[in-house]
Amino acid sequence: MSFTNNSASRTIQSRSAKERTLNTGFIVFSQIFAWSVAGTLIWLACLVGWQAIPAISKFGLGFVFTSSWNPPQESFGVWPEVYGTLASSFIALALSVPIGLGVAIFLSEDYLPTPVQRVLVFLVELLAAIPSVVFGLWGIFVLIPFLKELTPLKSPALLPAALVLGVMILPTITAISRDAMINVPQDLRQAAYGLGATRWETIIQILIPAASSGIIGGVMLALGRALGETMAVTMLIGNANQVSLSLFAPANSIAARLANQFAEASGLQVSALMYAALILFGLTLAINIIAQLLVTRLQKI
Amino acid sequence: MNPLQETFQQTESILRTENANIYYGQFLALKGINLDVQKNKVTAFIGPSGCGKSTLLRCYNRLNDLIPSFRLEGKISYYDRDLYAPNIDPVQVRRKIGMVFQKPNPFPKSIYDNIAYGARINGYKGDMDELVEKSLKGAALWDEVKDKLKQDGRAISGGQQQRLCIARAIAVQPDIVLMDEPCSALDPISTIKVEELIHELKEQYTIVIVTHNMQQASRVADTTAFFNVKVTDQGNRQGFLVECDRTEVIFQNPREESTQQYISGRFG
Amino acid sequence: MLSDNPDSAQSLWGINNDSLEYNPNSNRTRFGIFMTGLVSLFTAIAIIPLFVVLSYLIINGIEHISFNSFFELPPQALTQDPGGFGNALIGTLIMVGIGLALSVPIGIMAGIYLSEFSHPNIAYWLRFATNVLSGVPSIIVGTFAYGVLVVTFKSYSAWAGGFALAILMLPIIVRTTDEALQLISQDIRQASVGVGANDYQTVLQIVIPSAVPAIVTGVTLAVARAAGETAPLIYTAGFNQFWPDLKLQALSSQPIASLSVLIYQFGISPYENQQQLAWAASFILMILVMLSNIVARIATTKRNF
Repeated sequence: MSFTNNSASRTIQSRSAKERTLNTGFIVFSQIFAWSVAGTLIWLACLVGWQAIPAISKFGLGFVFTSSWNPPQESFGVWPEVYGTLASSFIALALSVPIGLGVAIFLSEDYLPTPVQRVLVFLVELLAAIPSVVFGLWGIFVLIPFLKELTPLKSPALLPAALVLGVMILPTITAISRDAMINVPQDLRQAAYGLGATRWETIIQILIPAASSGIIGGVMLALGRALGETMAVTMLIGNANQVSLSLFAPANSIAARLANQFAEASGLQVSALMYAALILFGLTLAINIIAQLLVTRLQKI
Repeated sequence: MNPLQETFQQTESILRTENANIYYGQFLALKGINLDVQKNKVTAFIGPSGCGKSTLLRCYNRLNDLIPSFRLEGKISYYDRDLYAPNIDPVQVRRKIGMVFQKPNPFPKSIYDNIAYGARINGYKGDMDELVEKSLKGAALWDEVKDKLKQDGRAISGGQQQRLCIARAIAVQPDIVLMDEPCSALDPISTIKVEELIHELKEQYTIVIVTHNMQQASRVADTTAFFNVKVTDQGNRQGFLVECDRTEVIFQNPREESTQQYISGRFG
Repeated sequence: MLSDNPDSAQSLWGINNDSLEYNPNSNRTRFGIFMTGLVSLFTAIAIIPLFVVLSYLIINGIEHISFNSFFELPPQALTQDPGGFGNALIGTLIMVGIGLALSVPIGIMAGIYLSEFSHPNIAYWLRFATNVLSGVPSIIVGTFAYGVLVVTFKSYSAWAGGFALAILMLPIIVRTTDEALQLISQDIRQASVGVGANDYQTVLQIVIPSAVPAIVTGVTLAVARAAGETAPLIYTAGFNQFWPDLKLQALSSQPIASLSVLIYQFGISPYENQQQLAWAASFILMILVMLSNIVARIATTKRNF
């Protein structure tokens, strides 16, 4: 950038006109991209919804409560999938909520020296990095044979799918609950200790209630993840179109149904699968929105 | 020995600090403290910031235990029992030696539950309503909150919150109440109320108060301890006790030159 | 002796109320010890699966992997041929590359807008949408990519797979960029504006360079996630037994293999040589993912110190 005194004012003049355009262009450009992220979400919802219309108009709400999946006769319903999705997710939650919360407590209060704590936190985070399909492979060749020895399990079924799901959502619950616990102001801890509360009385009666919105948000996020989890469940749940209350019976989930049949589907079946996808999308969307609201509230404290 | 000092030494000592050195990691934060706190009196700790007066206060109910690098040498005893003996449970200590903090820190619970919390965890079997009422009356807050006991403890004014914290502390019926600059976050009117309260509380409790405000010390305290700080050769700040005497003596006729300078504002 | 408090009726407070000593038999002490034991046990339980899964991967992976695994095509069923995952490795790299090419510019620009130029209310909702997008199940993202690209091209393709991966990576990149920029102190921006820089000059020459480590972390984490994703590829990229045709036109008209889909298809296959290749591929995939995570961590640690 070179300028001399006599041309300075002219230079500034012309520079600023050009630069202002560039500047505005840059901002508008970034704005378009930012909106495109939100736009993708809306586009996704519209496209899945649009493709599902033929199935929606043909089957209506009964789709959710019908158990048949018969492409030649064009009769479709996802009740077993809905049941399997909910059952596997809630069993997984029942396992991983207490464990995840326990780990969060253990790794947020000063039980361990900071370096040890940091390593353990890293290991739990690493668990989240294992790809779903690897969990599935491990489940097929290690977990299912192991469970066959110990339990009445005969084949892939609800139980191994739910167990692996539980492991997969554990890091989510732990990480968000731990953040929430750490964010509880230090003076509340001191106030409780100052009254003669033990560490556990402080944790259970003061810290957990104060961190509850974050903890619930973390559990909801984990639930959203469990409902939509595909590969491990597809490989372990057995893909049987039936509703059985037994943990040892094969079942199915919406995501597994999509993964198994999309490739070979055509016509109304594609639309039925899109309808199933829409149901799953709606379910996870609702849960994620609630979770986001709870977690943002945590950040504001 | 002058007659004032003689009476000073006659009252019973409830907290005794002998040759206490307080470390954070390698740093000696407070050096060679010898200090007695008299029963049913108000003792004020004053001194420039960084002199370790709050640190010492937090030693009395072992709240410093929460800081991993904290270490104490020497002896602090409550009556004649060593508070840092290995068989002493800090949880029991904190129940007998309560604390009120600088910033009002009510729990995110109702006013009622804020008071009842400490009693419940300490196994109180009496009438809880009565205890809550008595404690709130004891903290001169009852009339203001008796109609909204179910409200969140954080929904009342800052001054009321601080009195709620005092009520919470006295609800477990401690012997001693430690106050760490209890008025520094309050407006003048709330400050007056808390000071009046301190006067009433000393009938039943022993109070140790840390304050920045020398006028406050002279208004509420029977005994005043003046701490000072020096910078060591390594550049660390190290606190020490200059003198401790009846408040009148400290404010009118202190033995040490530095005390005189501090209370008259010619400090530093 | 300790309590001369006239009001305190001792019977109202538990026994030994005045004792200062530890009481190992009190319910409070026991409860604390029990709970501490319980949460340490839970922590052990949480860590065990990591080691169990990793150790099986290492044992089975090393057993079945060889130098040739990287350069050969997957084995046919009913042969003794161990085969390799060369084509799947290339396919994964191509699709992650396409995903990066699409998501990095959009994600970083969107992050810049959120942190630097947007109105707080708009930013709130855009962040919200970004978070919601990151919670959309990957299989749904797959159906979306199917509807957008597979239906258009009338074929599975690398583009469709890469597009699906880009949507999964996008929210991670937006969020990390946004957070990284917000951490840059306001002073630097003011200093830059103070010497007469425009907004875009300030952002591109001053703010972004300070945030590079954190943005690299975000991009690396996004790569780690995308490399391991299977569900959105099954019916967007499909699978292919043969080497990918790298001509631009072929990328939109031919199915392409990937490590993760190979693991899925061969993992559920009944043939032993294919199952063994699935273990070998898992081992390599896991190394890729772990390396990315560790690189990401190192990049962030540097920023913190």
